[in-house]
Amino acid sequence: MNKASILVIDDEQQILKLLKINLENQDYRVITAESARLGLMMAENHAPDLILLDLGLPDLDGHQVLRELKKWYQKPVIILSVINQEEDIVSALDHGATDYLTKPFRTSELLARIRAALRHNNKIAIPDCNRFGDLEVCLEARTVHRNDLPIKLTHTEFNLLGLFVRNHGRVLTHQYILREIWGLNAQNETQYLRVFVGTLRKKIENNPNEPNHIITENGVGYRFQ
Amino acid sequence: MAILFDIIPVLLSSILSGVFLNFLFIPPYYTLHIENSNDILLFSMYLAVALVSSVLTAKIRREERKSRLKEEQEKSIKLYNTLLNSLSHELRTPLSAIMASVDGLRDAKGFAAGTIDADLIDQIDIASQRLNRQVENLLNMSRLESGLLRPKAEWTDISDLIFSTIRKLPEHRQMIRFHPTVDLPLCKTDSGILEQILQNLLINAITHTPQHCEIEVRCIWDKDRLSILVEDNGPGVPENQLNEIFKKFYKLPQTGSGGTGLGLSIVKAYTEALHGEVIAENRKEGGLRICLYVPMEATYLNQLNHE
Repeated sequence: MNKASILVIDDEQQILKLLKINLENQDYRVITAESARLGLMMAENHAPDLILLDLGLPDLDGHQVLRELKKWYQKPVIILSVINQEEDIVSALDHGATDYLTKPFRTSELLARIRAALRHNNKIAIPDCNRFGDLEVCLEARTVHRNDLPIKLTHTEFNLLGLFVRNHGRVLTHQYILREIWGLNAQNETQYLRVFVGTLRKKIENNPNEPNHIITENGVGYRFQ
Repeated sequence: MAILFDIIPVLLSSILSGVFLNFLFIPPYYTLHIENSNDILLFSMYLAVALVSSVLTAKIRREERKSRLKEEQEKSIKLYNTLLNSLSHELRTPLSAIMASVDGLRDAKGFAAGTIDADLIDQIDIASQRLNRQVENLLNMSRLESGLLRPKAEWTDISDLIFSTIRKLPEHRQMIRFHPTVDLPLCKTDSGILEQILQNLLINAITHTPQHCEIEVRCIWDKDRLSILVEDNGPGVPENQLNEIFKKFYKLPQTGSGGTGLGLSIVKAYTEALHGEVIAENRKEGGLRICLYVPMEATYLNQLNHE
């Protein structure tokens, strides 16, 4: 059913081979490129549905490849990185990457990221009412139910939850969320975001201290599931 | 003080040059007398110009030196980062390959059919995860040793950080509890470094206490510093070794295999990078308590009512 095509750009032969095997097991069509230049060319020729891009390529810096790609490539790019330095990840996400994974990663994680990214891209109109475990969020009616009991949210809290729901499964950076909800001037006011996420968790999470829906990605942002 | 030492030689040289001018070129020649009032003006003007230009030159030189130093420092930071990154790449790439192979094997047809030994695959998996943690420790240690660590403070929800660190711990058989303090403010700190500190403290606790022990994390805000306490009811540490455990490569004599003795030394170095301190003590009730004190900026914004 999958059949989506994925281009993997990574200079490590072994990683390419393994990713190909694991992804083809899931019925994805996989093409691989071992250098940035080859990758950029193949992206243009094959127009894949998704690109997995390693940041540490020998011939061209991964961030530069991303910038080149993003000039015309509209579909999701997931960053693979061995450098778990948050700044690098945030910078890639702010330059148009859809999501990220740090090596070594589990294949199950990779598959979850790919599914979320493809779903988001296919613009399969997000249904009005969405269920996430014990939580049901209706975007149009702006209502939230937990275990079928209504929850009252303030205007901003609902906007924040709505943004999470529309991007569920994807990491959203602090800066992105602040920009979307509070506008350009609020980009650096991370303390407000912390506060709102805190109050939102108190309302929608079963145990706000061990959140199941709004997951913190330390130093990067949040992921809703 | 340093500025004074810098300035004195230039002042001296400009005054000396003035004296020379007077001695050689202002009549009467070869004396230090000045008779003509025009010459007094000339002399003082020359002196003023010499003083100003020499002070300026000194300043420019100082700036140049500073920028050269900074350039060199930046160069060495860049070099070190490149080295660390390539080391990190070389160590983690094979680990990624091993883990991806394990995942592939579990997914393969033979696995469901039972012709692949699940136990063996689990062993490879456990070993690779353990190796991965050691690689992380070694990389952290070398990053610290380079002295190039620059903490970056951002507003952090400490309870959230502690919970997400606990959630990401490797499988363990101890009970870990954390009761968040209700009135904890938002704190400004480097959340990545604090996460590493906590992760190492907790992994240390799970490796060195028997199964079914209880590990408790407590967090207290006191005026301008954050205290995080990690307590367990394990065997504790002999009193005379309490300071030793933070030393690099130190391992308690009776501890079995496993661990490199790096975990707690990284905790100490990272804590110091945040200008904090870390202390170990035995609890009266038995077990070890590690106290982390880190000064930081805080805001009670989260106590306000919004909208």
